[in-house]
Amino acid sequence: MSSISGVESVPSGQPRTAAQLSVALPVLAVLLASAVFAAFVALYGQNPFTVFGLIVQGGFGSSFAWQDTLSRAAPLILVGLAVAIPAQAGLVIIGGEGALVLGGLAGAVVTLPFAGAHAFPMQVTMLAAGALAGGLWFGLAAVLRQYRGVNETISSLLLSYIGIAIFHHLTEGLLRDPASLDKPSTHPIDPSYMLPMLPGVGVHAGLAVSLALAIIAHVVLRYTRWGFGLRVVGGSARVARMVGLAVNRWVIGATFVAGGMAGVAGAIEVAAVQGTANSSLIVGYGYSGILVAFLARHQPLAIVAVALLIGGMQASASLLQRRLELPDATMLVFQGLIFVCVLVADAIAQQLRENTRR
Amino acid sequence: MTAPQVELKNMTKRFGANLALNNVSLLIRSGTVHALLGENGAGKSTLVKCLVGFYHPDDGHIQVDGREHRLNSPKDADALGIGMVYQHFTLVPSMTVAQNLVVSGARLPAYINWQSELKRLAEVTKKLPFHVPLDVRVSQLSAGEKQKAEIVKQLYLGRKLLILDEPTSVLTPAEADEVLGYVRSLTRAGELSAVLISHKFHEVRRYADDVTVLRRGASVRTGAVANLSDDALAEAMIGEPVSKAVQHAPKLPPKSNIVLSMKQVSVNGDNGLPAVKDLSLEVREGEIVGIAGVSGNGQLELVETLMGQRDRSGAIAVSGVAFNGTRREIARLGVYGLPQEPLKNACIDRMSLAENLALRNFDRAPLCRGIAMNYGALTEQAAKLVKQFRVKAPGLTASMSALSGGNVQRAVLARELTQNVRLLIASNPTFGLDFVACEETYRRIVEARNGGAAVLLISEDLDELLGLVDRILVMSAGRIVHEVSADGADKRVIGKYMAGMKAA
Ligand SMILES: Nc1ncnc2c1ncn2[C@@H]1O[C@H](COP(=O)(O)OP(=O)(O)OP(=O)(O)O)[C@@H](O)[C@H]1O
Ligand SMILES: [Mg+2]
Repeated sequence: MSSISGVESVPSGQPRTAAQLSVALPVLAVLLASAVFAAFVALYGQNPFTVFGLIVQGGFGSSFAWQDTLSRAAPLILVGLAVAIPAQAGLVIIGGEGALVLGGLAGAVVTLPFAGAHAFPMQVTMLAAGALAGGLWFGLAAVLRQYRGVNETISSLLLSYIGIAIFHHLTEGLLRDPASLDKPSTHPIDPSYMLPMLPGVGVHAGLAVSLALAIIAHVVLRYTRWGFGLRVVGGSARVARMVGLAVNRWVIGATFVAGGMAGVAGAIEVAAVQGTANSSLIVGYGYSGILVAFLARHQPLAIVAVALLIGGMQASASLLQRRLELPDATMLVFQGLIFVCVLVADAIAQQLRENTRR
Repeated sequence: MTAPQVELKNMTKRFGANLALNNVSLLIRSGTVHALLGENGAGKSTLVKCLVGFYHPDDGHIQVDGREHRLNSPKDADALGIGMVYQHFTLVPSMTVAQNLVVSGARLPAYINWQSELKRLAEVTKKLPFHVPLDVRVSQLSAGEKQKAEIVKQLYLGRKLLILDEPTSVLTPAEADEVLGYVRSLTRAGELSAVLISHKFHEVRRYADDVTVLRRGASVRTGAVANLSDDALAEAMIGEPVSKAVQHAPKLPPKSNIVLSMKQVSVNGDNGLPAVKDLSLEVREGEIVGIAGVSGNGQLELVETLMGQRDRSGAIAVSGVAFNGTRREIARLGVYGLPQEPLKNACIDRMSLAENLALRNFDRAPLCRGIAMNYGALTEQAAKLVKQFRVKAPGLTASMSALSGGNVQRAVLARELTQNVRLLIASNPTFGLDFVACEETYRRIVEARNGGAAVLLISEDLDELLGLVDRILVMSAGRIVHEVSADGADKRVIGKYMAGMKAA
């Protein structure tokens, strides 16, 4: 897949023009997608400028909008990392949704037996359980790839569907709280275990966790021997073996960590927003994460910025619906357009890079 | 259409600040073989890549039979009947040779009439003085067969100017003779003109009519081969008189302790069939053991196994310790090496030259403290190695694919030979090196040996082996079929064993 070459080996100090290109192209892609989107809403008889105005207003126009945006950005950052980390090792994994919901489920049930304990260790336990579940789910795709030669992109997507099915099966069966009538859910977690609000921001502490993990990912990938080794493995498994790196372990390890990120995202949604594991977890964060990572060119810090952008767009969707009666899926259309444009831009970048060699 | 006359005029090509070609002019007369000589990084490949439309020169023009042409892409070159055999293979491994050839046409019709195509193909191959199996998958071919297939492909495509970029590095001398002899006879018959890039003087002398020497991107000498002596050519290449008789350090007798021991090792090839069969061998401290053999007889798999890249059965021990190629074992036991096709097998294109030079020790001090990388130290090490091994590169941050073929080789040698080497495994270590670098590499290998390292040297070039090794093992069909000490070696006997004959 051409987009994998979008992984930047930054410390190698690419020539300036190439670095500029890698920033300019996604920006161009978003602009192009915006133009097409403008035409699309015009077809619905709406003034595109009004629409864009509302998107900005709904995403970033008020402190309430910001709160909504930020609390959406928290999971988006994590699922973005879940795509970006394996990309360093040369894998295209797109099954974040499955790892997210299973992580959420694990987080929701792990503390149920322990009512009335101290909150902090329970909160850590929830996130850890989420990470473990997500990591194992992603790890499965990596194991299948390394030992059975199964393409990880396809297997992770299929595993994602299986994960969602398991989620439904358990939340509607074994783990269902009989009191949850119209919306099958697990038993609610002890309210005192819910993640606190960040003081002064009005957003739950999950955002801080996401930011911290993004920064850690950035530092590890860029400044440690683990990041270096991962790039060797991603650059060429043959050469990695030659220099003695245990390729299977690296790939599976990186994928496990990535799945852990998605699992934490699910656990945060449960521990900060939902209070239970229920179908509200399945809103497509995992898939939006793919867009976030590709648009950010798999750079952890850029993922934070892009997650804010996409989070803002998603936050504005209800405003668009209310004010302009645009269909529910309008924002999905916009996201889809951006994704297509990013992929095209990647292909063009590849072409340009080859041409400049000449 | 008969053999064209092709003229390159005042070609200049820059890569950033790097002047790869400096006002080079070249005349390829109709029906001749024109050789290009020059040090690694002199600009030979760049020049011919301009001729096939792969690079666009900044300046200069190209005339074919007196008419000027602009080559914007390899398609334009194809239309003019210009084609190139690259140093690396370009055939699709999962298809048969015949399929590869037929689909390689630049203007493939929507519907392929296989019958008529195969007939045309048979006509091309009928005339060949060597055999190329058409119905075999490319992945099953040996390096020599692949190279022949690449050349057949060019002829099948009706090329009238054939460019060969170091075509013989993967061929045995006999194969090289078949291939180049055929090209030569076609040019003699006026059907073809050819450009031959080679580092081997004897090939230039034997198969080329004219020769041009490039140095640092400029054409410094050109003329009929017959009028130029080897010394004159060498001097033109390096820009100073060649100092004769490079002295190897005297050989010390090997010590008695065994460094590498392989016992009944069997390895499967990529096709799942056994490639190395029940092979046992030993290399002692301070000894160079050469493995001779026609490529494709299991040497590749043997090397990859020793480098820990393949699963195997049987035991491999280094200095008495079982060896599986983990990073810790490699560092502790000092196992390093040079695989063939180093750009693909020993370098990571996505990483910079400096990072590639650090692949062996990026996780140790001083490049790494705890888990934190020290990129300053990494750059410093790279600068040192580049200087010491005279690697010519556009810069330390350049990608490996911006280095010329020979300089990639030097970079890998620099990385591997500067470790604490106890066992060195080298596969065609002078592949693509100019003669100065060749000598230098030999010297370093002998130095490593005299420093107590055990060396396993795999080469298809028997002369190279005989000049260097203490003992020769001949490998054929995955087994060691013959062993002889270098002093008592008879080339003809070895040749027979290489060819798979069980000589008495
Ligand atoms: N894509 C590129 N980008 C930057 N520099 C390049 C690129 N390709 C080649 N060069 C530089 O141009 C010079 C000439 O390279 P070229 O490959 O033509 O050498 P060569 O004569 O074929 O050498 P060798 O015998 O080693 O194959 C080298 O210094 C090389 O580093
Ligand atoms: Mg070259």
